[in-house]
Order: sequence, then C-alpha cells, then structure tokens
Amino acid sequence: MTDLTADPAEIVEPADPAVGEVLLQVTDLSTSFTSDRGTVRAVRDVSITLRRGRTLGVVGESGSGKSVLARSIMGLMPSNATRTGSVEFGGVEILNAPPKAMRKFWGEQMAMVFQDPMTALNPVLRVEQQITESLHEHLDLTKDQAHDTALALLTSVGIPEPARRLRMYPHEMSGGMRQRIMIAIALACGPKMLFADEPTTALDVTVQAQILDLLQALQRDRQMAMILVTHDLGVVAGRAHDIAVMYAGQIVEQASAEALFARVRHPYTEALLKSIPKLEMAKHTRLEAIGGRPPDLVDLPVGCKFAARCPYAQDRCREEEPELLPDPDDASHLVRCFFPVSVAASAALQATAPVAGEELA
Amino acid sequence: MRVIGRRIIQLVVVFVVVTFFTVLLISLVPGKPEIVVIPFDNPQHTQRAAFRKENNLDRPLVIQWEKWAGKFVKGDFGNYYQSTGTDPVAKRIKSSAPVSALLILYTQVFSLAVAIPVAIWAAYKSGSRLDKLLNATAFAFISLPAFAVALILGYFLGVKYNLLPTSGYVRITDNPVEHFKTMVIPVLSLSLGQIAVYMRLLRSDLVSTLQEDFILMAKAKGISNRRVLWRHALRPSSLTLLTVAGLSIGTLIGGTLVVEVLLGIPGMGYLIGQAVLARQYVALQSSVALIAIVFVLLNFLIDYLYTVLDPRIRERT
Amino acid sequence: MTTVPPEVSPLGLTLEAAPHAAAESTATRKKGLGIASWLAIAWLTIMVGSAALADVLPLKDPNAGVAPKRFAPFQSGGPILGADANGRDMLSRTIYGGRISLIIAVCSILVGLFIGGFLGLLAGYFRNWLGNILVGLFDILLAIPQLVLALSLVSVLKGDPNIPEGFHLPIILVLIIALGLVSIPILARITRASTLSWSQRDFVTAARAQGAGHGRILFREVLPNVAPAMFSITLLGMAIAIVAEGGLAILGVSVEPPQSTWGTMIATGKSELDGAPFILWIPIAAVFLTAVSLNYLGDVIRDRFDVRESAL
Repeated sequence: MTDLTADPAEIVEPADPAVGEVLLQVTDLSTSFTSDRGTVRAVRDVSITLRRGRTLGVVGESGSGKSVLARSIMGLMPSNATRTGSVEFGGVEILNAPPKAMRKFWGEQMAMVFQDPMTALNPVLRVEQQITESLHEHLDLTKDQAHDTALALLTSVGIPEPARRLRMYPHEMSGGMRQRIMIAIALACGPKMLFADEPTTALDVTVQAQILDLLQALQRDRQMAMILVTHDLGVVAGRAHDIAVMYAGQIVEQASAEALFARVRHPYTEALLKSIPKLEMAKHTRLEAIGGRPPDLVDLPVGCKFAARCPYAQDRCREEEPELLPDPDDASHLVRCFFPVSVAASAALQATAPVAGEELA
Repeated sequence: MRVIGRRIIQLVVVFVVVTFFTVLLISLVPGKPEIVVIPFDNPQHTQRAAFRKENNLDRPLVIQWEKWAGKFVKGDFGNYYQSTGTDPVAKRIKSSAPVSALLILYTQVFSLAVAIPVAIWAAYKSGSRLDKLLNATAFAFISLPAFAVALILGYFLGVKYNLLPTSGYVRITDNPVEHFKTMVIPVLSLSLGQIAVYMRLLRSDLVSTLQEDFILMAKAKGISNRRVLWRHALRPSSLTLLTVAGLSIGTLIGGTLVVEVLLGIPGMGYLIGQAVLARQYVALQSSVALIAIVFVLLNFLIDYLYTVLDPRIRERT
Repeated sequence: MTTVPPEVSPLGLTLEAAPHAAAESTATRKKGLGIASWLAIAWLTIMVGSAALADVLPLKDPNAGVAPKRFAPFQSGGPILGADANGRDMLSRTIYGGRISLIIAVCSILVGLFIGGFLGLLAGYFRNWLGNILVGLFDILLAIPQLVLALSLVSVLKGDPNIPEGFHLPIILVLIIALGLVSIPILARITRASTLSWSQRDFVTAARAQGAGHGRILFREVLPNVAPAMFSITLLGMAIAIVAEGGLAILGVSVEPPQSTWGTMIATGKSELDGAPFILWIPIAAVFLTAVSLNYLGDVIRDRFDVRESAL
C-alpha cells in the first residue's frame, strides 16, 4: 500500500485489478464540515468494500450523507471539509492525497455522474469541448482522435446523430440527452469506477428507467465498479449487487441486494420500502411517509439516531447507540439496531421497479 | 434578426434625439451666440452674420438640425473661430480623436489584463485575508478619481523621481518609446478605477460561478485548476465583464477628457476643454455629437457581441 | 448564473454589488455598524458640520493672504494646514470650498432623486406604454457620456459673464441643474429595478384587490420598500457628484473666484505640483475621504436592506 499523502512526487500508478478483485476499500471514513453553527458530521465511520464489476446502491433520504459519502470517497471536497479513516483505491491510499495527485484519478480512474445535467454541464461550452477536455488531459489524444472518441462515446450512450450533437450546447438538448452526455463525459477515459449521484432525480419519469438501464448496461460491458446513490430503494432493486442504507451519516443496514430484499431488518429500511409506490396498490392508496425529520447533523442525539422516528423504539434505543453488527442468521447482513424487524420485501419490490421501467420506457 | 432590426431602429432614434440636443446647445447660450462665439469681429460684423447664416440660427430648430446633420455626415463639423483666424473643427477633431481613442484602448486592455487574473485569484482564495485586502484596496481605488491619480502619479513618477514626462504626447509613429512613456501616467490614472470596478464585479461573479455544479464536474474530470478557473469559470463570467466594460466606457470617456486636460495630452478632452474656455460652441457641439455617436455605437456593438458570445441568448435571436 | 448587467455609474462606481459579496458580509454587518462605518459617519459629520458652521467658526478669511506664500502645513507659527500660493489659509479654504462642493453635490442629487426617483417609480410600476416611454427616455439620457453631458450643459448655460446682454444663471445653480439632470437616469433606473420587483409582490396585489388606487399603492406600499435602495444610491450619487464637480473644475467650467470648491482648488493648484504639492493633496484628500465615506455607507445600507436582492 502506498500513502499518497507522504510525497506527491512519488505517485504510484494504481494497479489494474481484474474483475472481481477488490477495487475500493473504504474503512471507517468520517467526513465533517466546519460551519458557523458548528461541526457538521455528515458521514460517520463508513466502511465499504467494492469489487470490479459490482454495483453498490447507497440509499437514504436527502441529508442522510449519501452524496457526501460519494464525494468523500472521490475526494471532491470543499475546503472546509475534514476526512478521517482510509480510502484505498486499487490498493493505493487516496484519502487526503493532494489535489494534484487526485487529478490522476479523477476522470481517468474514477468518474462521477451528477444529479442535474442542467447545472452540471457548462452552459457556455459546446458538448464536444466538455467531452474531449479530459481526453486531452489524461490520454493525450490529438484533436482528431479525441473527436472520433467523442463520437464513439455518444453512440455508446445511445445518442442519435452524434456528430450534430457534439456541436451543440447543453441547453439545446432535452434532459435525458443531457444526462447521456454527462455519462459520456464520465466514461470518456474509461474509468474503473463510476459514481452515479442520484443520476435520474432531475429527469422526467419517462426517461429515468432508460438512463438507469443505460448505466447498468455500461457498467456490465466495461466491468466497472459503480456506486449508485439514490433516495429510492426501487431504483437499486434489480440493479445493485449490494445495498447500503444510510441514515444521519451512518450505514444502518448493509447486505447483498438479495439478502436485503429477502429480509429487511432495520426499521428505517422498512419505512423507506413503505414509501415506494407499488403497482399492485389500489389507486389513491396513501403512501406512508416517514414521520419526523432526520436529526440535526451539528447536534446529534444520543442513542440510535433513528429512535425519534422509529415506531419500535424503546428506552434503550434513546440511551445507547447500536453498532453495525452482523445478523445472527446471516453474517454478511449488517444491521445497526437493537430490535431489528424482519420483513420480506423482495416480492413486492422486484415486481415493481422493472415493470415500472418497462412500462414507461 | 428581428431583435437586431428593432435595435437598429432604437439606435436611429437615439442618434436623432442626441444630435438634436447638441444642435439645441447653441440656442441655449444666453444672449446672442454669435457674439459669444466671435467676440473679436470686424466693425461690420460680417463674420457674425455669416455665423448666423451658416448655422441657420434664424430658422426653426428642425431645419437647423436637418442642415447640421447633412453637413455632419459629410464630415463638415463647422468652424473654430480665433482672433488669429478661422479653421475647420473637423481638422482639429481628426488630430485629436485618435489620441483619445488610443488612450481609451490602452486603458481598457491594461485594466482587463490586470483585473482578470487578480479577480480569479481573489475568487479562488475567496474569504482569505488576501481576498479581503484586495477587496478593500479595490474599494478605495473606486473612490479615488482619475484626476487625483494623475496628479499623484505625476508628482511621484514625474516631479519627484523624474522617471516619466508629466505632460505632452508623442505619436507612436514618431517615436514609439517616447509614445509609451507619455502614455504611462494617463493610462495608469484611468486604469486604477477601472481595474477596481472590473475586479470587484468579476470576483463576486466568479465566487458564485465557482459554487456551480459544472465546476465540480470539471474538477471531477481531473483537469488542472488553471483550466477549471480560466475555461469553465471565467467563460460564463466573461459576459458580465463585457457588459461592465461596455457600461464603463462612458465613465472612461469622461475620465479621459479630464486627464487629458490635466496632463496636456492633445485628445478630444483637450480640444473640448479649449473649446469651452474659448466658448467655441460649434466645436463643442460637434465633439459632443461625435462622442455620443461613438458611445452609442460601441454599446450597440457590445449588445451584439453579447448575443454572439452567450449561446443561450444567441439561440433566442 | 446571473447575467443581469450590473448598473454602473458615470464615474465607475458599481451601484449594485454582486449577490455573493452582499451575502458574505450581511452576517457580519447585521450585528451593528463596524468601526469603518463610524469613521465614515464621523468624517461626513465633520465635513457637513464645519461647512454649515463655517461663518461662525474662528476661521481666517479664505480669500485673504494671511500667511507666507506656500507655507507648509503642520509647522508652528502659521496656519495648521499651511497656505496656498497666495498665502491664503488652506484650512479655511478647504472648509469654505467644501461647503460649495457639498451644496452642489447634495442639491444636484436631490434634484435627481426627486425627478429620477419619481419617474423610476412610475416606470417600474406601470409596465405599459408609459413605462416603455420612460425607459426609452432614460436610455436617451444615458446615450451621452455623463460627464460630457454635464460639461456641455454647464458650458452653454453659464454663458459669458463678460457679455452684458442676456441673463446669467448663478454658476452654482447651473452646476446643480446640470449634475442633477445627469443623475436623473441613473437614479431612475435603480428605482425602477427595485420598484419592478416590489410591485410584483403579493402584498401589492392584495392592496390592489382591496381597491387601493395607484397613488396609494405606489406611495404607501411600494415606496417604503424601495426607499432603502434609493437612499443607498443617493449616497453613492453624492460621491459621484463631488468627483464630477472636480472633473468639471479641471475642464474649466466650475465656480469662478472668489468662490471656490474642492474641484477649483485642485484645478488652480495643479501648477503647484513642482514646488508645493500639499496645496493639491489637501483638497484631493478631502474629495477622496468624502467619496470613500459616502460609498462605504451606501454599500452598508445596501447590504443591510438586501437592496441587491430586491433590485432583481
């Protein structure tokens, strides 16, 4: 393992792990921000292992720290952020590596698809410039080579008439097209790892499934590792291999998608499930919203952070913080709860998400 | 195209009204303008009579304007009357206008060349002590008039250390080195305020641009900081800068006139200053009309550039 | 991304700060006036106070030689701020000169404020043909660079005092009219921008729904909200007017002796640059400190009332 913080001059190119090998190893990652109100503890003690070719779904409400987690791993941090713990990428420690060293990773090794393509694409630069600049930066391509690569990229993300689109500005395209462009930009240098931060939230419902399917297909073809951040369990159902549910900056439940949907253990995950509309529901069925609000990240309560909103909470939950422990029946299923529930969700969920996708597509 | 058509109609209206105002100027002179303009006439007052006829002062204003505009477009800017003789204003403007234009051009180029990197630096380090210091300095410079800077620089660079000439002008074709030497103090005098205005505006514009998602996206591509700042951040802000540069031309023209008089640079300001002292209202009238026309045209051009540079606006036109 | 063109005044002052500059500083400035604000207020108070009380203060005659010529300042045995090329007391001259400079600045901006502010209110409130005509009028007034417009008005209106026939307006009045006229479109445009946003708020609609007339809505509902923006611009405008008077003086169209202003002190003192530059530095410092104080206070007011936000 090499520590990049030691000397930026001695940057070791990360090794290229084969499919199935561990690409990303996050250990006890915590991120906090200094603000006028105090320290915002956005991410606490998150540990994640991700292999090549696998997709991890990170699920949580807004403010649960899921987007900050993705940016913390990637190192795209504002100056008032502090990160502790360890992030190993391809066996190289990259946490707190200087930005200069990180630029070797950004775009080239790991890339991010942002939530809103309208704001994440530069409004005054042509699509071609936005795609090719990382090609010039990382792969040292000539102008013609970069142009051809850009054309191929647009074709691969399913954009018709790529030559014409390259000359366009972002505002001249539809939301779905723009998101495809953003995916093409992220994939330009063939990264091994893709972060998709709520990639469909800003899009019309009709194109959400198309974009998700595209991401899934590209991830499979290129054997990338992918972290798919979303607030919607339905999005990750059938698309992620593993799922981590986040609440108040912590992982509260983590398991393979199969295990999780077979038996949801955390009351928060259960509540998330209940808030997803299902097709077999009668019209006008009330969705169950989760009562209350997530805790203040500056002033976290003692005990379980979800206790205030949890229907099963007992005195112990308000006094003592549960740890993230393996489920006694399934050691790979981690739960942060004293009194876990046991809900089978797979049937209901897996019936919904893909169907919804097909129908709308 | 329709937008441009409408702008051209606006332009024509502004031209007509502004030149009408300049024609009106002579009639606003208290008393008889010909006596004010030509105080040294011969006993028969033939010059004064000729002056009244030449400027159609006995005819309605509309006719005055019409005749004046007819001559103006042909380059006849009236006459400059002196006890030593009468000469055409056009000749004087022809030698003065390029000097002022050059002075303004140098000032704009120099101001932008300084303000852009400083603003980028301040925005990049926003909130730091350096940023605050730069902002406070800029604030002070905004309140320091160009004529004050000209005098201060004239004193230190000219009188005290004798590094540069404090007055006069040398044409670039006559002696390039001396030309630039004579331009240092005027250009610096006019630039400090401009730099401060550009820097403050561009900095705050950049600070907000740097919060945008597309900046994070650019960073996530792993491209260099320099490229993120200069290409991704500056490009959208350059439109704001263009607008301010356009608006500040008016200020700059005013400042140029004053600085020229102060430093004895034979530009339009010097010409106008002399015309005012000698009460040569025809020369004043033509100079003001010319300046207004150039000013309006420049603003029109900048509006047009704006639509060319901003793809979002361009689409709508 | 905001691409709203910022308003820029004739002498280079930005009349609207960018949103972030304002947002950054509001948190700190809302707590109270900082030391800089108090310094600015103190300076303006001294200037206005001494100008108002000039006749009763124990000052020497500003037009009489009372000391050795070009007597340096801060030396014992002479006037504290020294004496000019005619041996006249610089302190007295600065105070009396400031009096006229301030009168010109305050009166011209008040003219601009009343006319420009009123037209701006109308233009922002009536978004019909009237608003369009007014905006067109402002544009035309802005089509001549401000100092050039003021210069041509003053030089024409002041006429020639050597020619007995015809009427002559007092030069101070001419300066006030010219600078006031020049400030109309600037004050009008800022007022209009602020009015535009306020007159679209719900409480205005509510007042209209209750049957309030235009006049009542304009002066009772809109004007109180637009007032901070107008006040802020008024202070900035006064700074501009003081500087503009200086420019006009250098171009040779300000008051004539025995009257003087800071501008004419600079214009006549420029020949002293070689030998006694302090004769210049004193009026320049007065102009600068007054302008900086006015600009700073205008800025503080704008931040406090979030003028920028409402102006958009």
